[in-house]
Amino acid sequence: MMDTTVTDEAEEEPKARVPKAATDSRLRQILLSMAAPLGAFVFSLIASAVVLIAAGSNPIEAARDMLDHASKLEVQVSMINRATPLYISGVAAAIGFKMNLFNIGVEGQYRMAAIFAAFVGGAVALPSVLHVALILVTAMVVGGLWGGLAGVLYTHRGVNEVIGTIMLNGVALGVIAWLVRRWQAEGNIVEVGVGTEPIDESGLLPNLNFIPELFGDLRANEELTGMLVVAIVVGVVYYLLLNRTVFGYDLRASGLNPLAARAGGVPPRKMALAAMLMSGAVGGLVGMAEIFDKARYDPNFVGFLGFNGIAVALLGRNNPAGIAVGALLWAFLDATSDILQVTQTAPKEIIDIMRGVILLTVVIGYEVVRRVRERTESARTAARLAEATP
Amino acid sequence: MTPAIELTGITKRFPGVVANDKVDLSVEAGEIHAVCGENGAGKSTLMKILFGMQSPDGGTMRVHGEEVRFSSPADAIERGIGMVHQHFMLAGQLTVLENVILGTEPVASLGRIDFKAAEAHLLEVGEAYGLDVDPHDLIETLEVGERQRVEIIKVLYRGAQILILDEPTAVLVPHEVDELFRNMRELKAAGETILFIDHKLEEVLQIADTITVLRQGRTVATVKPADVSTGDLAEMMVGSELPTPQTSRSTVTDKTALSVRGLTVLDEDDRPALNDVSLEVHRGEVVGLAGVEGNGQAEFVGAIIGTEEVAAGSIRLLGEEIAHSTVRQRRNLGIGYVPQDRQEEGLLLFAPLWENAALGHQTRKPFANGRWFDRFGARERTEAIRSWFDVRTPDIEVTANSLSGGNQQKLIVGREMAAEPKVLIAAHPTRGIDIGAQAAVWDDIRAARADGMGTLLISADLEELIGLSDTIVVIHKGELTATLDPATITARQLGSYMTGSGQNDAETAASPETAAAPETAAAPEGPGDPAAGDPGESR
Ligand SMILES: Nc1ncnc2c1ncn2[C@@H]1O[C@H](COP(=O)(O)OP(=O)(O)OP(=O)(O)O)[C@@H](O)[C@H]1O
Ligand SMILES: [Mg+2]
Repeated sequence: MMDTTVTDEAEEEPKARVPKAATDSRLRQILLSMAAPLGAFVFSLIASAVVLIAAGSNPIEAARDMLDHASKLEVQVSMINRATPLYISGVAAAIGFKMNLFNIGVEGQYRMAAIFAAFVGGAVALPSVLHVALILVTAMVVGGLWGGLAGVLYTHRGVNEVIGTIMLNGVALGVIAWLVRRWQAEGNIVEVGVGTEPIDESGLLPNLNFIPELFGDLRANEELTGMLVVAIVVGVVYYLLLNRTVFGYDLRASGLNPLAARAGGVPPRKMALAAMLMSGAVGGLVGMAEIFDKARYDPNFVGFLGFNGIAVALLGRNNPAGIAVGALLWAFLDATSDILQVTQTAPKEIIDIMRGVILLTVVIGYEVVRRVRERTESARTAARLAEATP
Repeated sequence: MTPAIELTGITKRFPGVVANDKVDLSVEAGEIHAVCGENGAGKSTLMKILFGMQSPDGGTMRVHGEEVRFSSPADAIERGIGMVHQHFMLAGQLTVLENVILGTEPVASLGRIDFKAAEAHLLEVGEAYGLDVDPHDLIETLEVGERQRVEIIKVLYRGAQILILDEPTAVLVPHEVDELFRNMRELKAAGETILFIDHKLEEVLQIADTITVLRQGRTVATVKPADVSTGDLAEMMVGSELPTPQTSRSTVTDKTALSVRGLTVLDEDDRPALNDVSLEVHRGEVVGLAGVEGNGQAEFVGAIIGTEEVAAGSIRLLGEEIAHSTVRQRRNLGIGYVPQDRQEEGLLLFAPLWENAALGHQTRKPFANGRWFDRFGARERTEAIRSWFDVRTPDIEVTANSLSGGNQQKLIVGREMAAEPKVLIAAHPTRGIDIGAQAAVWDDIRAARADGMGTLLISADLEELIGLSDTIVVIHKGELTATLDPATITARQLGSYMTGSGQNDAETAASPETAAAPETAAAPEGPGDPAAGDPGESR
């Protein structure tokens, strides 16, 4: 007969599989996905406290100043105003990331878009809805074209998208500087300096002041930007497009495994081009809050929103809700850094330190969360198995 | 004598699964030890634990009697353990020598790499174990069997005395398997201990000194090959008798499913990788494409599914010209595709199973509703695939990389078969699948064939190729060189045809026009001797 050393467990049917699905509940998943950015934030607080103590400042006082400041209604409004373009910029970067493309070019895309949109907006007189729509569409088209240009260089000339977009950033800045100088030379000078022709009232997106006013009186010079609505629409469309459409499926598949996607009928070049076009189009909206605010493009136009958007997308793991958290966090740090300058409780550079620490730790944070999740789920599996086998 | 490896009570849990449940394994020094078991039984997990790639949740490991704890493969390598993964990890653009020393480059003065010393050491290792390689060959010019040898040398070069091979024979054709086994015996003679995983039980009985069988994460038996038959082993693996595979009857019709005429595909240097190939696959027919890897199969398959540009010729699917259609158009017309490398071309490893089940079918029901992706339909279909093809997973929300290799393969085959393709292009459809599930896949292909599906089958497993095909064509250097009748050919004969040496003018009708005709050339008499003169070459 067979000379086998059969272990005794072999007789009873081994039950290695769990009867019921063992994945997390949705709520748990959401909480866990928030854990990393929040954990990173807490860690950055500790790290910056250490730095402040070392530098001879009092971290508690600085924190109190920041929180006091942030509890004011107009500061909260200003936080949301700052978060809005960051959010749009974050989504623009995330679209590229989903396709495995690193679009560093949002910086150039939004500036080009803003100057052209302001120019077109200032050149026409239209009924309000049309006027605003025209400006927004111009911004998206210009941003899309600028992003698409990098896309074409990538798909048809093999120029790495990072290099392509960095170069186009340089080109954009050059073009803008040249335009501004020309306007200067032409004497196109409005009262407060150089810039595009002012946009008529009809072309300005109305503010949302009625919302904060529900909570109290706003100081006269603070307005809640109407672009908040656009940002929310962008977030919702981004989510739906990516997760609920075949196109979004194709895009994600291509980003996850281009070879498998191609064998599955997804043309990689077309998707790369589409991603760059869309990323650019969304990026084109980044500067619009300021355009609507100032009614024109001027040389003091705000910079670095593109680069900060990349950070925000990283913080939020390209997830529409996560990006919102990241944008608000960045805006909070922005808004409160001002007060540190006033109160002098801490050097405002501490904010930059905090940002750096957050970005570094969030990556670790996500990995820790992943492991914790796996560990707890495995343990729960074991527990359930113990129940199932008498 | 203390065993080279002694694992006791090893436990490893993953979300939803216990991959190893108090596994015991004892490997004597200097033996060849096989680990067998169904897909998902926990074999790879156990090997990864032994190689320090994963840490166990419980149990102890001893190497040569000494208790060890590995936190990374580096620790395992230090203890003289080396592993060759199923997916080779070689850089194609580098030479054999460069690949072997990658990561452990010997440094000469001024921080330069001492290639001379490395080469000497490499040749020494090769000589000592009878492994024959040329250090200066580029990896991408090597055949699969040779690449595997490089992987083994790479491990030996780092001083391994215990070798782990995860399904080493899955990618090899029979004569390469023979070569591998010859190498394994020499390694053993030189004092190496070898631990390997294999689904082909005849091979296991042929080479192993001891066999350990795992079932659902537990050790069920440790046996000697002399005491068991393949049937016994299979029973231990699944816990019951295997179903006998369906007997097959020809279902070939005279309607053409896929017709290829004068197909030419160029490689990067504009030389024909595929030269004027013509082939017909009828509805209800399985055409086996036999050939040594790298003779144009990949280009042929790529041209049909649309990932390779067609330089000349026509491809018709049920009469419709598709040579210049997009991949998506072709797939929507009913081409199913099981790629040769499941991880490279078949899966989104970091996406959930239900998204993987949609790949290639995402524009059609049940995955799409117009332009909307139908998550509900996708999940439903995935559940169906899971139960129909017995994909072992805690649930369909897990990512594809958490499935065992064989279960990944079952998911891909299931997704293609569930879409009821008109023509199936299947490259190694049962690669890595255990014998029980393999029989099920064959039955499925036969059933679909009876319903009129035409199949182009590529397989390194010649038994599979002969057993499943209605017609076999041989591809060599980008041309179809023979059409054979599987009823009258043996694996050995087929093997010699594949190397381009088994042909005989008098007997081979190699004209492409008759390629898929049901009445085919007779097999050559006797096993073709590769060394014998090959008049077929001088046509
Ligand atoms: N990284 C992982 N995450 C979650 N589950 C995993 C992971 N790796 C393996 N598993 C699970 O552990 C079990 C055993 O997997 P393993 O790869 O060891 O099987 P195997 O015996 O090698 O099977 P095959 O013959 O198919 O290769 C499977 O059910 C698999 O789903
Ligand atoms: Mg395995």
